[in-house]
Amino acid sequence: MSAQPQAQVNFSPRRISTMVLRYWYLLRSSWPRLLELIYWPLVQVLTWGLIQNYIGQHSGFFARAGGTLIGAMLLWEILFRGQLGFSISFLEEMWARNLGNLMMSPLRPAEFIAALMTMSLIRLLIGMVPVSLIAMAFFGFNIYELGLALAAFFANLMLTSWAIGILVSGLLLRHGLGAESLAWTLTFVLLPLTCVYYPVALLPEWLQPVSWMLPPTYVFEGMRALMIEHVFRPDLMLGALALNALFFGVAVVAFLRLLESARREGSLMQTGE
Amino acid sequence: MPPSPVTALAPAVSVDRIVKVFKGATAVAGISFQLAPGSMTALLGGNGAGKTTTIAMIMGLTMPTSGSVTVLGAQMPRQRYQVLHRMNFESPYVDMPMRLTVRQNLTVFAGLYGVEDVEDRIMTLADELNLAEFLDRPTGKLSSGQKTRVSLAKSLLNQPEVLLLDEPTASLDPDTADWVRERLKRYRIERGATVLLASHNMAEVERLCERVIMLKRGRIEDDDSPERLLARYGRRTLEEVFLDVARGRGDAREAAQ
Repeated sequence: MSAQPQAQVNFSPRRISTMVLRYWYLLRSSWPRLLELIYWPLVQVLTWGLIQNYIGQHSGFFARAGGTLIGAMLLWEILFRGQLGFSISFLEEMWARNLGNLMMSPLRPAEFIAALMTMSLIRLLIGMVPVSLIAMAFFGFNIYELGLALAAFFANLMLTSWAIGILVSGLLLRHGLGAESLAWTLTFVLLPLTCVYYPVALLPEWLQPVSWMLPPTYVFEGMRALMIEHVFRPDLMLGALALNALFFGVAVVAFLRLLESARREGSLMQTGE
Repeated sequence: MPPSPVTALAPAVSVDRIVKVFKGATAVAGISFQLAPGSMTALLGGNGAGKTTTIAMIMGLTMPTSGSVTVLGAQMPRQRYQVLHRMNFESPYVDMPMRLTVRQNLTVFAGLYGVEDVEDRIMTLADELNLAEFLDRPTGKLSSGQKTRVSLAKSLLNQPEVLLLDEPTASLDPDTADWVRERLKRYRIERGATVLLASHNMAEVERLCERVIMLKRGRIEDDDSPERLLARYGRRTLEEVFLDVARGRGDAREAAQ
């Protein structure tokens, strides 16, 4: 029979690409969803670009360290938009009341997570590539000049964003849409703690160890070292990578436990508030 | 309570003393039954009787507080991935994504269930379920009857050996509902599928099912063929039997006996 199911495998690229296709269909069908991907990063780059220009005219330091503010803003957007891209794709399933269909299909949690990570990357590229070109054209800031360092920054920030996205998705599975606000706000706790726009040394001493426990801190310090002192710090990138491996693992375990808890509580069928 | 009909083959679905308690409220209170391969069984009961929770436990979506569920030899939910591709379901508690067209939705679920020749399968189902004219329309723009047919198409995509249906004709007009019942009947015969159907529609149950499990407050109140239930309760229709069970009029059965 031609429609007989294929033998089942534990990790199926076909199921992952099918889920990516599902989100692609959704994005394609809705221009507001596409606009949303670029709107806020655009507002941010214009705001921070103008602030950078203004401060640069009045401060010798910022004139020398041209681009640190706008660079920090772009890297922050990678972190925030990466997480949001992951979480919004997950939320789409809850808003559509489709989670029950997925959870009763052969789709494995690892495949679901892999598809959400892929979509987070696609959504981020759709939003950030045009914005980075605007930063280049209007403010003379070329983020691609960071070269291989940019790849290291990007990889580390994406790993953190996915870890947060996975954790938030687990909480949504367990607690329903009542936990939706976490998807929009949880990453912001990192904004002051990971020292996006200022060095770690500026934090109170007692808070600095907390900051060094967060992978993005290493990325933003690394960016400043590169842009101000023109030094690439692989030690910082390795530190971020080690912490990211730990955070990602913890997030996956938490997701699986929250999923089992949702199965016990029967909250997968009714994913409202 | 009469014993469940004896099954000669290994059961397709085996439910053994399952209990489900949600925050102190008992939804299912220790029920057991087995479904023979190729059988069509109705799960009848009023609102809150435990039908949907029972189906969710059979699908592995909800974990029983105690007891066990086996589907096609796999323990649910622990071994669910061994059999989920051989099962499917349709329920009013889940929707198909509204912005996707019918074709896109069916393509996605065909991919998830590992269906080969996706286009062929979609076209076959579109013909069988009269979906062809709105295959490229967003699912959210369809009438509720059309949406039900799309959900039904999704549930048949992988030609499941075990099919669980929760109120499959609830939002359909009598003509379409009748037509859907015919399709289900034919599918079950052609595929030899085991079908468990939760329904409030007694005429539907009488027409489709050879066995009826009546639930009340999470317990099995009765379990037999429609004919024997009618005889035992001394009623002419299953609706009257349902009302006897729902309203606790066990005396009707005793008087008849």
